[in-house]
Amino acid sequence: MAIEVRIPTILRTHTGGNKTVSGSGDTLGALVDDIDGQHPGIKGRLVTDEGKLHRFVNVYVNDEDVRFTGSLDTAVKDGDSVTILPAVAGG
Amino acid sequence: MLRIDRGTYDAIVAHARRDHPDEACGVVAGPEDSDRPERFVPMLNAARSPTFYEFDSGDLLRLYREMDDRDEVPVVVYHSHTATEAYPSRTDVSYASEPFAHYVLVSTREHGAQTGLVDDEVEFRSFRIVDGQVTEEDVELVASESQP
Repeated sequence: MAIEVRIPTILRTHTGGNKTVSGSGDTLGALVDDIDGQHPGIKGRLVTDEGKLHRFVNVYVNDEDVRFTGSLDTAVKDGDSVTILPAVAGG
Repeated sequence: MLRIDRGTYDAIVAHARRDHPDEACGVVAGPEDSDRPERFVPMLNAARSPTFYEFDSGDLLRLYREMDDRDEVPVVVYHSHTATEAYPSRTDVSYASEPFAHYVLVSTREHGAQTGLVDDEVEFRSFRIVDGQVTEEDVELVASESQP
């Protein structure tokens, strides 16, 4: 099972510079855990201590923002593509 | 050092003035590894706020896809401050997510929505923000290649 995950520049320190990594899982949360197993530390940049996606990290499964599809409970499957983009924001 | 052409500089300032009193935001994309800001891309501030900006998440995805297709990166990420100085706020620093970008701040606190750029200085400053550290840099205006 392979799901391609596109990694933004700022998180590539965790992936040895790789722009994409591959993982598996039935949900986005499981996928994040799997990726974190291969690239320790990346989950902490995406998920809060309360187990929710960080407010200012955008995650898309097949181009849909997961805020609208159940966040970390979003179902994922082989062949899906996941993109992570930190919010561009400030004050 | 940020090298930017006059046309792009004017476009950023005009955008900041047009959106005042809300913060304006956008990027200037350029070829990866070139450090040349070439393609001005104003973005909608989904927060529509005088004190906060955020790219809409759908717009953000489209922007990054487009830059990917064109082998570009965001060389400049700009936004305006409408009542404070053109210096990164703590919020700006905590959310800065592009370690190689030049973060441009424009302040419209003095000039607001005035149009006309002749003899009309605005605060336009550029910074690198890496690992929570802010370093100001010089801004050098260069002649556009398309202009004499």
